[in-house]
Amino acid sequence: MTKEDIRKPENLVYKKTELLTDKPLSYCPGCGHGTAHRIVMEVLEEMDIQDKTIGIAPVGCSVLAYEFMNIDMQQAAHGRAPALATAVKRLNPDKFVFTYQGDGDLAAIGTAETIHACNRGENIVIIFINNGIYGMTGGQMAPTTLPGMKSSTSPYGRDVHMMGNPLKMTELVAQLPGTIYVTRQAVHTPANVRKTKKAIRKAFENQKLNKGLSFVEIVSNCNSGWKMNPVQANEWMVENMFPFYPLGDIKVND
Amino acid sequence: MKELRLMKGNEAFAEAAIRAGADGYFGYPITPQSEVMEYLMAEKPHERTGMVVLQAESEVAAINMVYGGAACGKRVLTSSSSPGISLKQEGISYIAGAELPCVILNVVRGGPGLGTIQPSQSDYFQSTKGGGHGDYRMIVLAPSSVQEMADFARLGFDLAFKYRNPVLVLSDGAIGQMMEKVELDEQRPRFTEEEIIKNTPWATTGKTKDRERNIITSLDLDSAKQELHNHALQAKYKLMQEQETRYEMISCEDADYLIVAYGTSARISQKAVDVLRADGIKVGLLRPITLFPFPTEIISKLADQVKGILTVEMSAGQMIEDVKLAVGCRVKVEHFGRMGGIIPSPTEVVEAMQTKIIGG
Ligand SMILES: Cc1ncc(C[n+]2csc(CCOP(=O)(O)OP(=O)(O)O)c2C)c(N)n1
Ligand code: SF4
Repeated sequence: MTKEDIRKPENLVYKKTELLTDKPLSYCPGCGHGTAHRIVMEVLEEMDIQDKTIGIAPVGCSVLAYEFMNIDMQQAAHGRAPALATAVKRLNPDKFVFTYQGDGDLAAIGTAETIHACNRGENIVIIFINNGIYGMTGGQMAPTTLPGMKSSTSPYGRDVHMMGNPLKMTELVAQLPGTIYVTRQAVHTPANVRKTKKAIRKAFENQKLNKGLSFVEIVSNCNSGWKMNPVQANEWMVENMFPFYPLGDIKVND
Repeated sequence: MKELRLMKGNEAFAEAAIRAGADGYFGYPITPQSEVMEYLMAEKPHERTGMVVLQAESEVAAINMVYGGAACGKRVLTSSSSPGISLKQEGISYIAGAELPCVILNVVRGGPGLGTIQPSQSDYFQSTKGGGHGDYRMIVLAPSSVQEMADFARLGFDLAFKYRNPVLVLSDGAIGQMMEKVELDEQRPRFTEEEIIKNTPWATTGKTKDRERNIITSLDLDSAKQELHNHALQAKYKLMQEQETRYEMISCEDADYLIVAYGTSARISQKAVDVLRADGIKVGLLRPITLFPFPTEIISKLADQVKGILTVEMSAGQMIEDVKLAVGCRVKVEHFGRMGGIIPSPTEVVEAMQTKIIGG
């Protein structure tokens, strides 16, 4: 079979969603951000809610999310995305609103905004990319950095007595009455990508039904920050991150 | 039909905001401005006009809620007092950078730090020279009566939308707390969805098939583009200076001496002018209504006419720098003020005028 034979429309099993722009992603090859972007946009396309969705981009490697996502977006100050989303949703109850945030954004500088938006039960979706490090600023320690894990500001490994313990935001917000659906997923294998996509779909469906806040953590890699190649980074993630941040639903209120 | 009421300054501001067609208020309690949110909550504007009122978890969250709402083309506002406004500076800088319209009320109290809960004017520098990071300006309206508290809520929205820029109403604890009669405007309808799409085509209202996506951001990693953005902002601020400078002149036509004062200080100074005039000393009062843009031109003109100028401010002397810039070295410019939440008495102003300007 020639390439031309294979590339016939009837053989097409997957195409890029139009909700992603053609701009080349600014992420390092192998980084989970790109896949996470893709499935969020696919969900919006499948639900046909592009014209009703307002996204909030964070500060961090995904600060430019609005360049890649072909929807109306607002770019928030570091950590404040849940505050923006709160107002956007309250003032536009018929729109779909989501934030897309890294762990430094959501679990350090923005802890208060995160917890209070969750606790108020804002009818929004929070997508939380946990790569255990500050990627954008060059691999410094995050609240989610594992004990013993090296970063540029914990060069000998995180010493929990000196630097405190990793913060499990997802378990934390699951305890709040305002959250309706809290789950932890990953995007390092096709099977996990499918599961994560299902979780994101469920989160947006919850918003459609006015149920309250859905919180989807995606444990991801930062191969650059971890100083590994993409394959090593994913293996390291499975071995070290998943035992500390176990995958699966934490709270499902149907 | 206008309506006459006896109200506190803070309440008048809140009621006027509802009547100005505000879509949302986001705030956090702090004395001496908590009545703004208390009034709004009690009034149930959600039932009256559909306006959203939310008590945020902090000033930081409140101003970022304002950012989110303004980015949707909505009429949104917040209020606070000095320490809270300091916390809002991050968001204000982002709002200015992203060119979003909103109204911010600062009911100033004595500082620095936790300070007092009594009135002060010590946030002038913060309000007019930036406050947050980056080269930006806000239109700063300085009310000196409960009536102006009400009027500036509506004017604030109009100017904010005209320039896509935050507007700060710089009040103080005296004007926020005092009761006066106030004439309230009629209820103006809130924007409809169609109006927002038409009037603010840049707003994030949901990307429809017939237009490009709208992005609200203050980020441009390309320095050349960032500089262009800064040039555009500066051009806008210049336009504000040309078009929006507002001030009131009292007894200035024949004045030999001048007092420059705004807000509460202007009210005290007006009494001092009356006392001095009764003694045959021709003193005038120039009251800046906009602190940015500052009425530089008229002060410069008056400097050719008078022999000396006193600024009266409830601070160590902050606006005096702008007066001196307007005047140059042509006439003597002195400052009189009280700090820490103390309002100067008219007698003190008369004395300062006599010792520092007339006799000095
Ligand atoms: C107020 C403020 N403080 C600090 C920064 C610098 N900063 C930019 S991104 C970042 C960390 C982002 O890390 P994370 O949220 O984990 O996202 P990642 O880059 O890993 O995807 C920091 C500290 C900033 N932009 N603003
Ligand atoms: S630095 Fe890390 S988080 Fe950022 S794009 Fe690269 S791999 Fe991804």
